[in-house]
Amino acid sequence: MVKEVMTSNKAVAEAVRLAKPQVIPVYPITPQTTISEYLAQYVADEKIDAKYIKVESEHSAISASVGASGAGVRVFTATSSQGLMLMHEILFAAAGMRTPFVLADANRAISAPLNIWNDQQDSIAQRDAGWLQIYVENAQEALDTTLMAYKVSENPKILLPSMVCLDGFILTHTVEPVEIPEQELVDEFLPPYKPEHSFIDTETPMSIGTFADPENYLEARHDMQVAMDNAKEVIQQTCDEFAEKFGRQYGLVDAYKCDDAEIIYVAMGSICSTIRAIVDELREAGEKVGLLKIRAYRPFPVEAIEEAVVNCDKLAVVDKNVTFGNGGALFTDIKAKIHKDAYGFIVGLGGRDITPKEIKEIYEKTKNPVKEVTWIGLKEE
Amino acid sequence: MIEIRFHGRGGQGAVTAAEILAKAAFLDGKYVQAFPFFGVERRGAPVMSFTRIDDEPVEIRYQVYNPDYVLVLDDGLMNVVDVFSGLKENSEVIINLAEEYKAAATHKVHTIDATGIALEMLGRNIVNTIILGYFAKKTGVVSLDSLIQVIKETFLGKVGDLNAEATKKAYEMVK
Repeated sequence: MVKEVMTSNKAVAEAVRLAKPQVIPVYPITPQTTISEYLAQYVADEKIDAKYIKVESEHSAISASVGASGAGVRVFTATSSQGLMLMHEILFAAAGMRTPFVLADANRAISAPLNIWNDQQDSIAQRDAGWLQIYVENAQEALDTTLMAYKVSENPKILLPSMVCLDGFILTHTVEPVEIPEQELVDEFLPPYKPEHSFIDTETPMSIGTFADPENYLEARHDMQVAMDNAKEVIQQTCDEFAEKFGRQYGLVDAYKCDDAEIIYVAMGSICSTIRAIVDELREAGEKVGLLKIRAYRPFPVEAIEEAVVNCDKLAVVDKNVTFGNGGALFTDIKAKIHKDAYGFIVGLGGRDITPKEIKEIYEKTKNPVKEVTWIGLKEE
Repeated sequence: MIEIRFHGRGGQGAVTAAEILAKAAFLDGKYVQAFPFFGVERRGAPVMSFTRIDDEPVEIRYQVYNPDYVLVLDDGLMNVVDVFSGLKENSEVIINLAEEYKAAATHKVHTIDATGIALEMLGRNIVNTIILGYFAKKTGVVSLDSLIQVIKETFLGKVGDLNAEATKKAYEMVK
């Protein structure tokens, strides 16, 4: 086991090296670019035995990924922001064709105004595509989750693609210590991909992504819903298996000091680190507060959330995105599914730094609420 | 936790310096985090980078606003940005400057002629590793051995050797 100081982008590239994909179609975009650079280097250095396809756009990157995955090999691609927007059409095709590959999204704001900095609007805008979405908090989790994503997606009960979402710059360009698992252990955890179906299997030739008339379409979409429901159990099982092998435990959610909490922050991604530090600080001041980190956003782990927040009074839901006219996406999901007094907070859009002051303000505004959804950190007029 | 802020210009290696310091402190057995001021980097424009070092895992993720140490790679920046911004009572500042810092300062200011060493030993004005050598001796935050090891891993071959020598020289210049 090697421990090195690296960015989350390098941690993702290391995970991809260990997962041994055979095809990597990728197009660079800030702040994902170094992922595509590391992978190009690894392929050139023969550290990965894969076809690295230099495509002319993200639409081509995702199209080539679907084609390769449909042909029955393990595939990786990565993008960010406008790149993910350009992939939008084919994201739905990838899920509908049940191609189980992995995409890393370096979360970045969406134009206009043009902005290269972090928020989570890009992946949130793809939430209905039929992809599993996991949000990670640090470089280690980025590496570990990328490995687990393959195992979950390729499970015959799932066969849906996975999006590993890591906050642009805050993770992609920050170095911190990361444990790199042994290849041998990864091979045991994630054996070579054996496709359930592929269109170039000459024994049982088939087409994928064909025309489906009203007699068949509804069932095809329902199958995806069933797979997504199955994913909750499969993600948890995969996390448990990963913990057994590598000693790091993850889940659909991660509850911190929630058992006796009166107010619980609910958040996704790198912001959970700072919130956890503030939870400790507030606890020392006698406040009963906790943090529920949502790792799996799709499937939405309603049961796991319910279990974690059962004893609390109020939820402070933190969103780095907005569905205009209706608060943040996580907030609206929580409101729809969890029967608790919940307040939504829009933070950090376009890379606005989120400091302890803002995190504490969220707590205060949940304790003494004035309105349902509050934008935090807005400059005074 | 010790927090360090670097000021430099795009192309001077302030981001690399923050990462080298983090990696060296990690070799010393510390927990670390380093990152640039997130932005659109242009050669010559003022840039910042940050390193956090602690005995416990670093689990906060926002910019460093109240650094313990500030390292200024280019004294010309003193007229452009407030390098003293957010300093704490005991914070210290190290500036790449050939002479003593004469302007009134509320904090302890050290100067080192890193440019002089760089021009003499590297043949070009790249001071990021040199100022780290001075910082290591002055503060004891990181060991010289770890710094040298990371510098040689970061810059391969002769460039690494020269940078290591220059770093050592700056280290030894501290009285």
